[in-house]
Amino acid sequence: MTSEARHVLVLAGGLTHEREVSLRSGSRITEALRSEGLEVSLRDADAALLPWIAEHRPDAAVIALHGGRGENGAVQAVLEMTGIPYVGTDSWNCRLAWNKPTAKQLLQRQGLATATWYTLAHDTFRDLGANALVDALAGSLGLPLMVKPINGGSALGSSAVHETADMPSALVGAFAYGDVVLVERFITGTEVSVTVLEGPDGPRALPAVEVVPASGVFDYEARYTAGSTTYHTPARLDEQATGNAADLALAAHRILGLRDISRTDAIVDEHGVAQFLEVAVSPGLTETSMLPMAVGASGLHLGRVYADLIEQAIARGR
Amino acid sequence: MPGTSLDQHRDRYAQRTEGMRASAIRALFAVANRPEVVSLAGGMPYLQSLPLDGLAEEFGQLVAKDGLVALQYGSGQGIPELREQICQVMALEGIKAHPDDVVVTVGSQMALDLTTRIFCDPGDVILAEAPSYVGALGTFSAYQAQVVHVAMDDDGLIPEALVAAIEQCRAAGRRVKLLYTIPNFQNPAGVTLSEARRPVIAEICRSAGVTVLEDNPYGLLGFDSTMRRAIRADDPDNVIYLGSFSKTFAPGLRVGWALAPHAVREKLVLANESTTLNPPVFNQMAISRYLATFDWQSQIKAYRQTYLERRDAMLGALAAHMPEGTTWTVPDGGFYVWVTLPEGFDSAAMLPRAVSARVAYVPGTAFYADQLGSRQLRLSYCFPTPERIVEGVRRLAGVLDGELEVMRTFGTGATRAVRGPQSPSPDTA
Repeated sequence: MTSEARHVLVLAGGLTHEREVSLRSGSRITEALRSEGLEVSLRDADAALLPWIAEHRPDAAVIALHGGRGENGAVQAVLEMTGIPYVGTDSWNCRLAWNKPTAKQLLQRQGLATATWYTLAHDTFRDLGANALVDALAGSLGLPLMVKPINGGSALGSSAVHETADMPSALVGAFAYGDVVLVERFITGTEVSVTVLEGPDGPRALPAVEVVPASGVFDYEARYTAGSTTYHTPARLDEQATGNAADLALAAHRILGLRDISRTDAIVDEHGVAQFLEVAVSPGLTETSMLPMAVGASGLHLGRVYADLIEQAIARGR
Repeated sequence: MPGTSLDQHRDRYAQRTEGMRASAIRALFAVANRPEVVSLAGGMPYLQSLPLDGLAEEFGQLVAKDGLVALQYGSGQGIPELREQICQVMALEGIKAHPDDVVVTVGSQMALDLTTRIFCDPGDVILAEAPSYVGALGTFSAYQAQVVHVAMDDDGLIPEALVAAIEQCRAAGRRVKLLYTIPNFQNPAGVTLSEARRPVIAEICRSAGVTVLEDNPYGLLGFDSTMRRAIRADDPDNVIYLGSFSKTFAPGLRVGWALAPHAVREKLVLANESTTLNPPVFNQMAISRYLATFDWQSQIKAYRQTYLERRDAMLGALAAHMPEGTTWTVPDGGFYVWVTLPEGFDSAAMLPRAVSARVAYVPGTAFYADQLGSRQLRLSYCFPTPERIVEGVRRLAGVLDGELEVMRTFGTGATRAVRGPQSPSPDTA
């Protein structure tokens, strides 16, 4: 089926901390889809959205929203209510994948590797005493540690802790983004990002993208300042480790019930074991994002990939 | 395989681009223009009271009758009619100037850039109030000048602190070139340099061989209608005065100016030409027509009244909602209130929480070149309606409650260093 006449809604913006990234993703995928001949309406997820959908009834939607409603299943649920087919994971599974500790737990139960972690709410620190709990965390997990909000991407609110004394400020930084944090053991190794693309023949892993931030930390600045991180696609891993990273991403895609396209972030440790960090159900599509790099390294075009996913979504119904 | 950094120019950039990087804090401002968010962050003037129909007619006539001039290249110094009118505007603040000494620029921001360019080599010191205008700090940084902050109190810059700063710089072998000051309704602190201190500051700088860069975008926006005498009015030889139509008329036209001593003016004109050839002729002529045809002084009165109502709304809301131990300045004009939070708060770290609560402000650290200001934040009252201002402050109070709870849990002092741009883009309301 050709997609020439398709009218696609691209959703970008939102009111999340990642609005700026989302606007850039939305702009990029809009351009890519238009170059494939699709008619694209780029819109924000705001109070005008539902009346617009009712009036225009697009053939399908692409969600380029990051964080919050764009990834926690809310916008997906709204699209399901309207009957507009969309690219990506359904609302139920978004809600699972969106919660980092839940995703880790589901994968760990299936025997996949992920750094040992604890999930703690702010009131736990308040009620039990922060100092005692910080000491207990460091004692149990060892240093260094990663502290991050349980939701959201772009490494916002995330930081590495190398000394116990730095833990309070890391926790304060993470709690600015939400009331619950994930504290996990810091894994040293090769940081990779693996995109899984699901077509008629099932899901397949695209080449892993290895990230090497100049500062040593893949934080917001390193992600979105061109030139501050070196990317290797495919990752500089041996054959077995490459396979491990791909297998992990495919397993995450399957176990978490992800659909169409997903991105799994992982660390390949010194033994070649791929340790799961998190998944993105609505991965970044900006100039410095890793999904477009993986697509390019596979000899594919971003617009064509999404145009095919749009047809797949329409064929699926919703 | 060498990999890619996604920027093939990476190794070719000048050192001065060091601070030009993505910033999580700046990204948070992306939501500020959404109607769901009460933005107390930006400094956009409230243009709704402008006589748009009349301006449309006037600007249309400008093209119809004088288009061949308005759309042509012009003088690097600016058109003579506007420079004469600028002198009339400055006369309101006691300045006697000749149009030959006025250089029209693309906003006073460009005058700031040109002045820094002709005065500062890398490593030279520019003294600036603590805190100071974020856009000036960015310009100074771009020329690799070092900013040394000088303390203020409720009467503005403290003369003794200025003397001490100059002496310390000299003792350290550093070359002090400029004192950058916003004497009226300062951005961000909202305070005004007292009349008594003005000649004192001027004399300190004159005798120390430091040129004064007097930036006065808000001078005509005093709520009591009292005109404060410009520093330049009594020291024409050692003061470079920067003015702007952005706050008194419309920022979109990007027209400002520098009034400088003869020798400096010559260099500013050459620098202006090397940057833009000439400031936009159409925009200059548009402003000139506005000044000649419209009752611009009444327009300024209308702006003053609007901003006074909004300031009062903000001060009332702060008094009603801020936690104990919070203090703030009471501006007599301009756009901004500078809030100091109780010990332990970190305004940059809590900005994500504020965005979640649909309110935005600018963290205090944006206004310092030296990482200070973590307990401060700047609130703007120029753009939102009084009702929205009250709602914004109420939301901010909720954010502080949440932050206070986290601080109680983890203790104070858990602040974090911030890097990169921390202020919104100019089009943020």
